[in-house]
Amino acid sequence: MVIDVRLADGPFDPAAELARFTAAVPAAGGIVSFLGKVRGDAGVLALEIRHYAPMTLPGFRALADTAARRWPLDGLLLLHRVGEMGPDAPIVLVAAASRHRRVAFAATDFVMDHLKGDSWLWKRERTAAGWRWIEPRDEDHGDRARWG
Amino acid sequence: MARLVFLGRLEDLAGTAEMAVTPGPLDQVLAALPRDLAVALLDDRVRLALNGQILAESGGIALGAGDELAFLPPVSGG
Repeated sequence: MVIDVRLADGPFDPAAELARFTAAVPAAGGIVSFLGKVRGDAGVLALEIRHYAPMTLPGFRALADTAARRWPLDGLLLLHRVGEMGPDAPIVLVAAASRHRRVAFAATDFVMDHLKGDSWLWKRERTAAGWRWIEPRDEDHGDRARWG
Repeated sequence: MARLVFLGRLEDLAGTAEMAVTPGPLDQVLAALPRDLAVALLDDRVRLALNGQILAESGGIALGAGDELAFLPPVSGG
């Protein structure tokens, strides 16, 4: 069981990360991945994600462990950017590897739903009007509630 | 000294990410801060973490030398 959880304070290459993860889970029959990126067309000039080191990464590790206990996975990758990034930049890459695809889809979806609302991350975006802090969305709570 | 850490918009309000303060009861520490900052820090939606551990409630907290108290406003979601 490979659990790879990291914060990246600079740009990362999703294809290279996925290739490395894939190589680490040879027994898997399927790998599902989700890549979140900065929208390129929404007038957002920059996105900044701030974190709190004593809590953010430990929180991610706890989430990965929860997913790994809930589903029979061969591996789980959770990589999240922090710092300032521009349009189109990768923000988050989650991948789950398992013998069968449904488990990998479910674990990836579960991790993303919990990342969205439960992580110790604070985001602000810069548009032509200046910087603006992003508030929590009600939908995020509903997304998490799906998992009971 | 003890340290206060401000996350998210609280950092902007405080004008700094961290602040060294004289150890002591939290009430006393907050009383020494600008009033608008102290009010924002006491907002119900702001969680507190002492040395990386979330506090169930802030009443009766005292900061010792070397303690780090973080103020965590609501997280942003995706």
